[in-house]
Amino acid sequence: MTMYLVIAVVVLFFLVIFQIAKASEYVAVLKGEKVSKLQTNKINGFLMVVFLIVGLIGVWYCNDLLFAKTLFKFGSASVQGEKVDSMLWVTIAVTGSVFVATQILLFWFAFKYQEKPDRKVFYFPHNTNLELLWTVVPAIVLTVLVVIGLRNWFSFTSEAPSNAQVIEVTGKQFGWIFRYPGADHELGKKYYKNIDNASNSLGLVWDDKMSHDDIVTEQTVYIVKDKPCKFIIGSRDVIHDVGLSQFRMKMDAVPGIPTTMWFTPKYTTKEMKERTGNPNFAYEISCDQMCGNGHYSMKGIIEVVTQVEYDEWIAKQKPYYFASFPDKDPSNAPKADSTTKKVALVVSSSNSQKI
Amino acid sequence: MSNEVVLDLHGSTSIAHDVHHGHDAHHEHHETFISKYVFSMDHKMIAKQFLITGMFWAVMGGLMSVLFRLQLGYPDSTFPWLEDILGKWAKGGHISAEAYYALVTTHGTVLVFFVLTAGLSGTFANFLIPLQVGARDMASPMMNMLSFWFFFLAGIVMLSSIFVETGPFSGGWTAYPPLSALGSASPGSKTGMDLWIVSMALFVVSSLLGGLNYIATVLNMRTKGMSMTRLPLTIWALFFTAVLGVLSFPVLFSGFILLIFDRNFGTSFYLSDIFVNGVGALPNEGGSAILYQHLFWFLGHPEVYIILLPAMGMVSEILSTNARKPIFGYMAMIGSMFAIAILAFLVWAHHMFVTGLNPFLGSIFVLLTLLIAVPSAIKVFNWLTTLWRGNIRFTPAMMFAIGFVSLFISGGLTGIWLGNSALDIHLHDTYFVIAHFHIVMGVASMFGMFAGIYHWFPKMYGRYLNNTLGYVHFWITITGAYLIFWPMHYEGLAGMPRRYYDYSIWESFKQFSDLNRFISTVAMIVFATQLLFLANFFYSIFKGRKLTTKNPWDSTTLEWTTPIKPGHGNWPGEIPEVYRWAYDYGKDGRDFISQTTPVGADESVH
Repeated sequence: MTMYLVIAVVVLFFLVIFQIAKASEYVAVLKGEKVSKLQTNKINGFLMVVFLIVGLIGVWYCNDLLFAKTLFKFGSASVQGEKVDSMLWVTIAVTGSVFVATQILLFWFAFKYQEKPDRKVFYFPHNTNLELLWTVVPAIVLTVLVVIGLRNWFSFTSEAPSNAQVIEVTGKQFGWIFRYPGADHELGKKYYKNIDNASNSLGLVWDDKMSHDDIVTEQTVYIVKDKPCKFIIGSRDVIHDVGLSQFRMKMDAVPGIPTTMWFTPKYTTKEMKERTGNPNFAYEISCDQMCGNGHYSMKGIIEVVTQVEYDEWIAKQKPYYFASFPDKDPSNAPKADSTTKKVALVVSSSNSQKI
Repeated sequence: MSNEVVLDLHGSTSIAHDVHHGHDAHHEHHETFISKYVFSMDHKMIAKQFLITGMFWAVMGGLMSVLFRLQLGYPDSTFPWLEDILGKWAKGGHISAEAYYALVTTHGTVLVFFVLTAGLSGTFANFLIPLQVGARDMASPMMNMLSFWFFFLAGIVMLSSIFVETGPFSGGWTAYPPLSALGSASPGSKTGMDLWIVSMALFVVSSLLGGLNYIATVLNMRTKGMSMTRLPLTIWALFFTAVLGVLSFPVLFSGFILLIFDRNFGTSFYLSDIFVNGVGALPNEGGSAILYQHLFWFLGHPEVYIILLPAMGMVSEILSTNARKPIFGYMAMIGSMFAIAILAFLVWAHHMFVTGLNPFLGSIFVLLTLLIAVPSAIKVFNWLTTLWRGNIRFTPAMMFAIGFVSLFISGGLTGIWLGNSALDIHLHDTYFVIAHFHIVMGVASMFGMFAGIYHWFPKMYGRYLNNTLGYVHFWITITGAYLIFWPMHYEGLAGMPRRYYDYSIWESFKQFSDLNRFISTVAMIVFATQLLFLANFFYSIFKGRKLTTKNPWDSTTLEWTTPIKPGHGNWPGEIPEVYRWAYDYGKDGRDFISQTTPVGADESVH
């Protein structure tokens, strides 16, 4: 019912505007076309300036309202992202001043040079110096921006430091799978035809001994504060994208073509909860590449922890090999307690050595 | 139709002015309804067909955006009437994720291709090229007619895909494989995708037929005295647009052919190492999903300029006419359009900075991308200088032209952010991108199109559009456009991803729910305002104020030397000869000098 009411009101509103507009045409004819044209010209010229002033205030107001909701209040959560932020400020300064200047010129000229019966226009078809000026100046400014940008670009895409923690990230419809190399610090081979959702979600090749100690988790990944972290990114089905807005990083997950990304987290998740004052804060991995109907729900979590917490956590993880072959798991075998502990100890100690 | 002139094909394809002497004995040609309004070969009628079909698709595309904005703005509300119109796609009055993605995808495809490509350059290239270069029709009226009907057919196929059981294609307008290649990965990639590809293939045929025709006409059929450097900027813009289309659409087509093979014939151009839930591992190995993106964006980026250039051309013409002042830097305008056309082919990979592209290759694309800002800056400053010390008449067309410049500045500047790969890493595929391209390509080109419609409507129908409605249309639309898209930059700066059905589960993005509601509300108001424009358009075709003069805007170009309602053949007698460029406004104290006026001995030289 309300639906029809809304439609009726809208239609009525339309008809009113339409009738007024039609009437204004008759009035224009009665008044004389010249007079009414000059009148509407004046009104629209005035509105141009109003639009400019209200618009610029609006830009300010919008910034006031929304800036706190962006990520910039708390700065980047990764060392690399700081460069993104500083580059953003430079770019805002450049484009912002051009924006304000050109919009003012546009609407001010429109107002100032509105039709006046006695105005003589200035026949000004070209001027080489002026044209050179606005070719050369933008070119120089852009060169500066390109140089800053490319320096950052090459540093972001450079090889990760050798002490980086390596984790494999695999996207699938609609979630994330993570693989840690385990005690040998090497990821074992995998082949997609081995994939089996129940026991081998990544298709690890068990003939490769390196894969036996690999640890596989889903949805949540643990990384260490202040330590470079390198993701080797892939996909099991369609293209996904690892989007890390707090770290200012993003990289596609493409089936068949591994990609990489590395960054150094600055704050643990716990520290971020305090900094943002949000007890629910989480570093979320958002899928940023359209991947199907569940795209919007493809969320992963990055837990940034300290080295000590990480060592504790990893020690509790079981290699994925045992999930596939429970009978090989020493903890399932009788009197295997001591061996498990040993394995765990080896894992944690070698990890801390490496660090 | 007393001034109806019909020519045999030989007459209309001849270049030389003198040949037309032979046409004094024009015979009245009997035209049926079918040959006049349906399978018409008159470029003016074909232009109107493109325009009105484009309007239909604009309404469809706009309506789709209203529907998915309902979901984004009011994710928790239910609208029972949605179930009435969408059925199982909106069970309980709540749009399903599947329907949401189908709407987003179709909205993008339809607006980019059907409205802003066919609707924009189809309309104005057809209408203006013969009239402004001084030709009786296009080089090949038959191909021109086919161009429209292929477009129409493409529309029919796209429309029919909405009624398929598995739904229309829903993987985004860019149709990246593997998602678009695998029906098992997404229901929309089943029959809906087949229809999508067929529709796009028909569309490519249409735009090639049209484009070749536009190029041939501009190069070969200019009237006597109309050298290339005397052409109005609209024609230059439409010419570059056609060249871009002819060179890049075939590449898109090749990409689609490989996709068809991957979908139907078991090839592995784009597929490798894929395991689909519920299906298992696919046999395809060795393909590259990224290859498609290269092929797609090799069209996809020039496409942006295919959309923008016609708007730029018309805006140049309209600004100059209504400022009563020559366009500033005519040659620089052509030069910058030429530079844009060349660079358009060399920047495609800036859409792919985060695909794992070789960083060195990426850096080249950063450089070339930011280079485009230089010709763009030249154009903006030239437009500003054109206004400076003019005598501006605020016709509705002029309002939209000024609005175009404002939007082009706003949207163009954010391109500098996105083109810089190190910043793109953060902003890629967020609402920042949505804001950027909607302002610079979507709304700005729409403004160019509106400007063109308001300006040339009198030439099309011999009547005026209602001015008051035009002003209402302009002020609401420009205010609304900024209110919708400006705040989206902030969502993008928070990293909020595009193409999400619901943000409520995201701790990082859910703070924008109020803003999303605001944007949705404004979007609906702006959409309703466009209906007001349509009402004005169709009402004025039949009941608008009649033209009493051939040249209502005191313009210099050739189309205003034709009769108020030109027949097929455009000029009843000989085609006029051209003696000067198109922008002699305010010269030597004269308000305007038509291109057909010979240069006087006492005229100043500039």
